[in-house]
Amino acid sequence: MSKQVNKGASFIAGLWQKIRGSKAVWASLLSIIIGMVVGSIIILVSGLTNATLGGKAAWEGIQLVFAGLFSTGRDAAGTLTFGFNPQLMGNMLFRAMPLIMTGLSVALAQKTGLFNIGAPGQYLMGTAATLLIALYLPTGTGESLQNVSGAWVTHMEAMGMTGQAVWPAWLVWTLAFMGGILAGALWGAIPGMLKALLNINEVLACIMTNWIAANLVTWVFDAASLKNIVENTKTGYIYKTTFNGVQTSKFGLDQLLPGSQVSGGILIAVVFAIVVIIMMNKTTFGYELKACGSNRYAARYAGIRDKRSIVVSMAMAGALAGAGAALYYLAGNTEFYWETSQSLPAVGFNGIPVALLAANNPIGVIFSGLFMSMLEICGQKLKDLTAFNEYITDVIIAVIVYLSAFAMLIRMLLSRKKASKEALK
Amino acid sequence: MEKAVPEYVIEMLHITKEFPGIKANDDITLQLRKGEIHALLGENGAGKSTLMSVLFGLYQPEKGEIRKDGKTVQIRNPNDATALNIGMVHQHFKLIDVFTVLDNIILGAEDTKLGFLSKKKARAKVAALSDRYGLKVDLDAKIEDITVGMQQRVEILKMLYRDNEVLIFDEPTAVLTPQEIDELMKIMKELTAEGKSILFITHKLNEIMAVADRCTVLRKGRYIGTVEIAETNQAELSRMMVGRDVQLVVDKEPAQPAQTILEVSDLHVRSRLYHRDAVKGVSFQVRAGEIVCIAGIDGNGQSELVYGVTGLEKASKGRITLNGVDISSAPVRKRSKAGMSHIPEDRHKHGLILDNTLEQNMVLQRYYEPRFQNCGFIRFNAVREYAEQLIEQYDVRSGQGAITTTRSMSGGNQQKAIIAREIDRDLPLIIAVQPTRGLDVGAIEYIHSQLVKQRDAGKAVLLVSLELDEVMNLSDRILVMYEGEIVGELDPRKTTVEELGLYMAGAKRQGKEEQA
Repeated sequence: MSKQVNKGASFIAGLWQKIRGSKAVWASLLSIIIGMVVGSIIILVSGLTNATLGGKAAWEGIQLVFAGLFSTGRDAAGTLTFGFNPQLMGNMLFRAMPLIMTGLSVALAQKTGLFNIGAPGQYLMGTAATLLIALYLPTGTGESLQNVSGAWVTHMEAMGMTGQAVWPAWLVWTLAFMGGILAGALWGAIPGMLKALLNINEVLACIMTNWIAANLVTWVFDAASLKNIVENTKTGYIYKTTFNGVQTSKFGLDQLLPGSQVSGGILIAVVFAIVVIIMMNKTTFGYELKACGSNRYAARYAGIRDKRSIVVSMAMAGALAGAGAALYYLAGNTEFYWETSQSLPAVGFNGIPVALLAANNPIGVIFSGLFMSMLEICGQKLKDLTAFNEYITDVIIAVIVYLSAFAMLIRMLLSRKKASKEALK
Repeated sequence: MEKAVPEYVIEMLHITKEFPGIKANDDITLQLRKGEIHALLGENGAGKSTLMSVLFGLYQPEKGEIRKDGKTVQIRNPNDATALNIGMVHQHFKLIDVFTVLDNIILGAEDTKLGFLSKKKARAKVAALSDRYGLKVDLDAKIEDITVGMQQRVEILKMLYRDNEVLIFDEPTAVLTPQEIDELMKIMKELTAEGKSILFITHKLNEIMAVADRCTVLRKGRYIGTVEIAETNQAELSRMMVGRDVQLVVDKEPAQPAQTILEVSDLHVRSRLYHRDAVKGVSFQVRAGEIVCIAGIDGNGQSELVYGVTGLEKASKGRITLNGVDISSAPVRKRSKAGMSHIPEDRHKHGLILDNTLEQNMVLQRYYEPRFQNCGFIRFNAVREYAEQLIEQYDVRSGQGAITTTRSMSGGNQQKAIIAREIDRDLPLIIAVQPTRGLDVGAIEYIHSQLVKQRDAGKAVLLVSLELDEVMNLSDRILVMYEGEIVGELDPRKTTVEELGLYMAGAKRQGKEEQA
């Protein structure tokens, strides 16, 4: 028994040693701290220079930047209160889910020598495929029939889908999830093929496929009769998948974090991260992809099919982004704003800083994804509780992204410091 | 009135430079007399490059001082070195391919008039220098269109244009043909006759004997000694360099060729660069138990021939059989499995994944074998064990053994790692392309003996080499390639270097004419 404990303790100690020794972790933490300090300074300066705000308001803002996740609002006296807030915690997990997936997408591509800036497009294609499948295959359950009937039923009738055989919800969920993955994979494979066969830079191809996806998806939903006209308080949105009774299981997380948007998809995202790290580090398949990324010529020399590897890498990166979209919308919490032709989803681009911050380590991506979504929550709290708004957190993210890009430099400085320390000995 | 001229133009006294875990230079002294050619000899990793980097201000030494014309100087960066009129011709030329010769020469030291480039004076100066030293160049040709030999002359002119007095040549002959080497030697002598001082970094003993006045030898970061060339010989120099007696000539029995292993007939391969056939209808065979060498001046289609045979490029026409199996259009992996190992020409581009560890590189050709994987999962223990076995068996030296990043290894040990990997696969055909390029005597001796050993074990060896010594010493048959064709088959025991040179230069050919 005690042996077991010892083993566990030494494992944790070993892990801690590994983390402590990892310059990448320190570099990322340092950029995070600097980013948050910069955000705080901006709050302080704008607070002190504004007659109506002053130092007290600025201090509240800074508190929320660092501890917004634990905000529980204001008490009767008007001071900020903090504590465990299950709702915010759950929302953070919910928002981290797609970020982790797009982060994995960028990280995987990066490990194979490719820059996947196409995650937004892949994410959109995944969204479209998932929603089309999840909403067009009737399950005969869901809010649609129980609560709102009316428009939704009319919609289903218009599609000629009532009275037909209904599909089991779990099957629709699975098909929708796979559909999201496949659509993302396809959208990733296109720049991959252009790169492999025609030697077109994947960044250019990705940017173009992003906008093709944006317009394509707008067009598809414009044509499709899935616009949410039931909850007609808003326009331009598509039905939630829950209208068709399709939703990711919460795996009991909603009991743990009541009142939040938490979805079981976060667990699926974590499983994806683990699968990716095993695949990249432990298998011959990952060895081939990485070999191809580090030196395409040597890979070809070794008989690795370099062109196929590039396409496969990009397809897998796309699949991960598509899966992120599928998880996000299958959670059933949010509606998709279908007019995307003017903008690309930020969550796709944010995969880049998430991967950067994690130094492309899939397990690191889980934490950097959680962190980025925590910042979003903090921004929300800033907006809700103070005169400051959520753009402060955009500034923080921007600073962190810059610093992550300079992470190499920081890592270098750290190793130089270490070297000079050793020289002193 | 005569001023007292200091004897030495450059003195590097007791230079010590350490890197983590290694003393790259340990108390090294190098004194360059005015007007001499001073050779700096040493194996790879002996500390030659570090010493030159110190002289160029790229590294600061922990101990020691540098004197120019007897005065102590501080060289903090390459600009300081340039200000002291020290210039260097790098092994890999620093030229801009799409610029003309003149533009390359004046680059960084341009004359301007009201902010506009004025080349008239520069052109006159370069032309005068080129005449004076017999450095023939076409000032208006683009670098990409001229030969390697001419590119080197451009590099030399660059130094002269900047009025450099101390010229450093870093392995200048590695890329030249025998005729070009002779010409370079002549130029170097003329330069010193005009009062320039030359530091000549090399590990080719015959060149040192031919051109140098004195020679300083380094070994493993230590100063071994400085000798007058007139009072020494090649054997002594190599002993100083390696620390033991070295076999300069490959010792081998006559070949006993058996059955044909590789048969190439009418092979055509297109050149990626110029969109024309680089290999034009080449046919030959390699039999078990012989070393067949493809000789020729660089750029006559040897690389493309190897690409075509190994599958790195698609052959546009022709037939290749290996052990009786037609592999003409097979992918690389299939050819490799059919019994072909390949020591590639460019070890950084093809041979190694430099950012990977040594053990990952050791299994680059066989990671997919059941021995190293189980259901697609790499057997890390097996990989480690195998890599350590190869490291031990082939004496591959590196900082941290199997987990060393190959980028941090010396060129010789990188090559040894590739040789170990390829030979250990124990396949009937070994294609070795310039296997000793840029390596020192000790490593060359080792690689040559390995190739002969493989031949004696009944392997077919196809060797592609630009080094005449290697061609003459190692091969059992020589095929000379010129402009994409095989222009002659020679027996190394019956031919001379001169005759080989004539075939290589295209001045002589067998076959068509003789038959007609």
